[in-house]
Amino acid sequence: MSKNLLTINDLKVEVADDNKEILKGINLKVNKGEIHVIMGPNGGGKSTLAYTLMGHPKYKITNGEIIFCDTKINDLKTHQRAKMGLFLSFQYPEEIEGVTVEEFLRTAKTAITDEQQKIIPFKRLINKKMEELSMNEEYASRYLNVGFSGGEKKKNEILQMSILNPKLSILDETDSGLDVDAIKIVAEGVNKIRNDENAFLIITHYNKLLEYIKPDFVHILLNGRIVKSGGIELADEIDEYGYEKIKNEFAGL
Amino acid sequence: MEKKKTNVKDIDRRIYDIKNELNYSFKTDSGLTKDIILDISKQKNEPEWMRDFRLKSLEIYSQKPFPKWGADLSDLDMDNIVTYIRPNTQMKHDWNDVPEDIKNTFELLGLPQAERESLAGVGAQYDSEVVYHNIRQELVDKGVIYTDMETALRDYEDIVREYFMKLVPPTDHKFAALHGAVWSGGSFVYVPEGVKVDIPLQSYFRLNAPGAGQFEHTLIIVEKNSYLHFIEGCSAPKYKVNNLHAGCVELFVKENATLRYSTIENWSKNMYNLNTKRAVVDKNGTIEWVSGSFGSKVSMLYPMSILRGEGARSEFTGVTFAAKGQYLDTGTKVVHAANNTTSTVNSKSISKDGGHAFYRGLLRVSKNATGCKSTVSCTSLMLDNESKSDTLPIIEIDNDNIDIGHEAKIGRISDDAIFYLMSRGISEEEAKAMIVRGFVEPITKELPLEYAVELNNLINIELEGAIG
Repeated sequence: MSKNLLTINDLKVEVADDNKEILKGINLKVNKGEIHVIMGPNGGGKSTLAYTLMGHPKYKITNGEIIFCDTKINDLKTHQRAKMGLFLSFQYPEEIEGVTVEEFLRTAKTAITDEQQKIIPFKRLINKKMEELSMNEEYASRYLNVGFSGGEKKKNEILQMSILNPKLSILDETDSGLDVDAIKIVAEGVNKIRNDENAFLIITHYNKLLEYIKPDFVHILLNGRIVKSGGIELADEIDEYGYEKIKNEFAGL
Repeated sequence: MEKKKTNVKDIDRRIYDIKNELNYSFKTDSGLTKDIILDISKQKNEPEWMRDFRLKSLEIYSQKPFPKWGADLSDLDMDNIVTYIRPNTQMKHDWNDVPEDIKNTFELLGLPQAERESLAGVGAQYDSEVVYHNIRQELVDKGVIYTDMETALRDYEDIVREYFMKLVPPTDHKFAALHGAVWSGGSFVYVPEGVKVDIPLQSYFRLNAPGAGQFEHTLIIVEKNSYLHFIEGCSAPKYKVNNLHAGCVELFVKENATLRYSTIENWSKNMYNLNTKRAVVDKNGTIEWVSGSFGSKVSMLYPMSILRGEGARSEFTGVTFAAKGQYLDTGTKVVHAANNTTSTVNSKSISKDGGHAFYRGLLRVSKNATGCKSTVSCTSLMLDNESKSDTLPIIEIDNDNIDIGHEAKIGRISDDAIFYLMSRGISEEEAKAMIVRGFVEPITKELPLEYAVELNNLINIELEGAIG
């Protein structure tokens, strides 16, 4: 079995509506057991990368390929990618009226595993996972994200991740808008789920989350390209000097 | 929810589309003439006053113009509609005596099973006549009457004469007049003072014959301090020719009584559904409408509540689903005609594949009705760019002392919401169905369980595009 989970080769992406190129040739490899962090200033293409990996119809791939679990997934539908083990934790999770968290997750788990999730055992599973995330049990019967605070929505994303048990989780700005306690809970969730067989791609604007999660690699995404890759020291550098230094360094791009 | 999807395939639309061979004992010619009306009346062996009532109604019908608003009815040619078809059977009280093909149709629609499990009484109408009626003995002992209109006219002529088409007179509009002329079948319910009917009664209306009309009359009287839940289900197989449904429902809710009237109407898409439903509510009485409109080519349906007694209440909960080729013009009317009356309207509509859902509502508060309260909320969801949705809530208020809340929202299903659900492994169709089911959930929870399941299944069928 290959250790590689995700390989991105020279990926170019534009917004389907106005043909504006946002990603201008991304290369990235993520292996099992690794945690990668992608940092960068706003407008650099971080969220576009996350959405493109998950297959949002708004983004059009014009060049390159995305290989996940040894399969090229450029043309696969979003739900097919999810079934292969790809997961995206949203920056702004959608609110769905009339559908409870539990009903939604049971449907999702059934779809992903192709196994009917029975009501009682699933209830036990969700209660256990919610307890681990310090979530009140009553969230299970509330409508999906409706009336949730920012922190509750993010926790709910981590809850979904821990129940669906993906191979590669992309966290899109999961730490933004969270207070320190909520960031800790998210980080603990990630640390609990991580193992030698899965991997994480954490997209973040700043590095608070990195106090609690130790990444193996840090990449800087600027103007649609990964301009620099390294270890945790790169994040420290951003923390100290901000993005200006790097922007100046790559001003020609 | 794979299991649920399997269930959906089990109750395919094909069940509704099963057509039985035409097997009737009497059928009028198509069209509408005095002779045809006399024929129907003679077949039914009616009292003279009813025959005259029919003839008078026919006269009004021929004078009344087609409505100039709402649906386009130019394709509806009364000369091609057969108004009366008597199935080849008498009304039975034992299910086993109902002819095999008719029985099978209702079995497939789940009717007798529903009776065994959760109903206090059942009526089944097939084309123009009721073929089966039954009610639990303990209700009969309490004086509850539940029978077909023909029997009611024979056995309780005085009551029928006092109430029949008094709330919806033939002069009301063209199709009320048509109904008065050719009505046949339907249900009669009488609940005596102080009697609470804890389990629902249900009538099911099935129109089997092509090019025919169904004109059942439902008359319900709930006396002081009584309670009743009445459920009405409708369906028909699809034909290439137009069918017409112009039923009439008259509900009399007396002092301090409560009547809950639930309908799921799933006519086939060659049906013109021009139905009139009206309730009049006395002091401190309550009418609760639960209304699901799914089928038909054209619907014009606005159940109306007249709150004429002080403190009377009405509650309307409705869902309309317009798919390809459907124009569903639905809503509700409320008249506050007495002090301190309250009304709540909660309407949801969905349109897809070029379907057009039109909410048309009226809220009227009379000059001398003070201290009234009303909350109206209508929301529409369009599933694509071809579909249409309109909202026209009319409010007429003749005094200042009233508390009104009104909210209307029209929106499209969001691509981002679909993407969110799909990112959790849920297919696009299921994601849409989930959003729609969630949208109508406030309505679903008002329905009896088996109807809630049916409504969800109908949504899934619609979204899977299985209906032709």
